[in-house]
Amino acid sequence: MPKAAIEAAGLTKWFGTGEAKTMAVREVTFDAYFGEMLYIVGPSGSGKTTLLSMISGILRPNAGTVKIEGVDIWGLSADALADFRLQKIGFVFQDYHLFPRLTTAENVAIPLILQNRPWDEALNEARRDLEVVGLKERAELPPVKLSGGEQQRVAIGRAIVARPDILIFDEPTASLDGETGRNIVSFVRQHVLSDQRCIVMVTHDSRIFEFSDRIMRMEDGKLKAIERESLSAQ
Amino acid sequence: MPGTLKIAYRLLVNDRAKFAALLVGITFAVFLMIEMTSLFSGILKRASATVINIGAPMWVMDPAVQTVANTIPLPDYVLDEVRSIPGVKFAVPLYSGGGLVKLRDGTYQSVNIVGLDDASLYGRPKLLAGNIQDLFTENAFLAVKDSEFYKLENPAVGTEFEINDHRGVIVGIAHVAASGLFGVPTLYTTFNRSLQYIPNMRMTISYILVVPKTPADVQAIKKSAAAAGYVALTEDEFIQKISTFYTYQTGIGTNMLLMTVISFIIGLSISGQTFYTFILENIEKFGALKAIGAKGRVLISMILFEASFVALTGYGIGVGLCAAIIFLARLYLPDYAAIITYWNLILAFIMVVVIAAASSYVGVRKVLRIEPFDIFRG
Ligand SMILES: Nc1ncnc2c1ncn2[C@@H]1O[C@H](COP(=O)(O)OP(=O)(O)OP(=O)(O)O)[C@@H](O)[C@H]1O
Ligand SMILES: [Mg+2]
Repeated sequence: MPKAAIEAAGLTKWFGTGEAKTMAVREVTFDAYFGEMLYIVGPSGSGKTTLLSMISGILRPNAGTVKIEGVDIWGLSADALADFRLQKIGFVFQDYHLFPRLTTAENVAIPLILQNRPWDEALNEARRDLEVVGLKERAELPPVKLSGGEQQRVAIGRAIVARPDILIFDEPTASLDGETGRNIVSFVRQHVLSDQRCIVMVTHDSRIFEFSDRIMRMEDGKLKAIERESLSAQ
Repeated sequence: MPGTLKIAYRLLVNDRAKFAALLVGITFAVFLMIEMTSLFSGILKRASATVINIGAPMWVMDPAVQTVANTIPLPDYVLDEVRSIPGVKFAVPLYSGGGLVKLRDGTYQSVNIVGLDDASLYGRPKLLAGNIQDLFTENAFLAVKDSEFYKLENPAVGTEFEINDHRGVIVGIAHVAASGLFGVPTLYTTFNRSLQYIPNMRMTISYILVVPKTPADVQAIKKSAAAAGYVALTEDEFIQKISTFYTYQTGIGTNMLLMTVISFIIGLSISGQTFYTFILENIEKFGALKAIGAKGRVLISMILFEASFVALTGYGIGVGLCAAIIFLARLYLPDYAAIITYWNLILAFIMVVVIAAASSYVGVRKVLRIEPFDIFRG
């Protein structure tokens, strides 16, 4: 039996009140395990990003709990939760969100710098990570000089630099062409995933389904497990 | 320096265009504010030049006197009254008034004439040339070598001239601490001789200069003078009174104030606006930082650091620029009045702090409002 990294129970989130009330996520319960790459797919507006935000500690649910490595994260104070994210969770966004005025290495070093690690040490580790994602030569360039795929690899470098146990990806390939997207996810599968790590990824991109261990489908705020084969066949 | 501030610093200075715009805005505002207020300080100092140069600890005058230049003559007996006040160590008369000197080419030059007490020459200036005893010889005057000196055609000891249709002769060249405001040269002579040159009047004393026995006597002297219908002011009080007059009773003060306020508003809007766009441009990245785990106070410290860094750098450049311009202006315009006082620097500093605080307040609000969830949703 694999060890649970994330245990979500009864997660519910709505926006607005009265007439304008939207149920974004309805009583979602699931576990994500160490060593697996779990995909969440589903139509636009089905609540995928909302769910991802709640399990990663950046959006408070209206009901339900999230445990990460046994810690009830929504029971933590705001500051403790920020520290928890900083230590345990790495984020990769669809639009990379890299600082254009910093070098690639400085961008990657940011989580370590937020952990108050000495500047030089943080930058050295960032350069080592850039080597891992194959961008050693680009370390001193600003990210805007890099291609989209390279920028996303920089973002992955930033997400893993602090050695988090959990990685959260929201549509990491949406801004990339198919081939580049595949290469990146394949790379993540080979070099970033490990037995001590759990990756949860929201995606629309059927070309990367093959790299998943498990796929769950969201529809109208509800989540259900599905077979990878049934999806690929669609 | 914490790494987060180093990041903040790089975000700021690597954005060359905005950093330059911010610096120009602050520098410009600081420059204008200091220039305006320094000019005003200079004018105020010059307005009190006679008071500063004579250096008497107390001055007795008519209650209606507003500035040292607009004298109201006192009757002779007031001198005896003042001398009889207990606590007065000694009291001497001072004449201060205008005259006309006829230059060699026949044109006239107004001058300021200061008549010093014949017995003591109290308040006499330092001599650069000549002998002070010669002031007792016939028709003797001292010419003050200040920025107006050349208007008397740079006289030397022995130069003769005509003043108010009398003969005069320069017996010494004097140096004083402060130049006057009105752009006229100053001549010193004795009190009695000053009266000979001036169209005669029943009342002749402009001011009575008083030296109290001890500082503790000042209050009693003021009371006695007031009881007799006059006003006794300490040197500082008199300078303050003159400053107040120029600040509030003339157009100079209000205009300077207006210009200072306008510079402040211009600086505030340029810098505030630029800083705001700077924050806006990075706002999603700040949101991403929040998601990653940056606490609100870390982001606040980054923004405050950026705002203070720009403000202090702009302040430094502004002050330097102002000092340089005043220095250059003095080289070419000896009459240029501006002086940078601590007060000017502090005022400009306060305004810069306000600019930085206002700019960062806007930025901090923006950054605290951004939700990492919105960054996620894109
Ligand atoms: N801040 C908000 N205020 C109001 N409604 C919101 C807010 N955030 C999300 N919603 C609504 O919640 C629902 C789920 O949104 P969510 O972004 O989670 O969908 P998604 O599955 O990620 O969609 P997409 O595939 O387009 O990214 C949508 O109907 C959306 O309009
Ligand atoms: Mg989404």
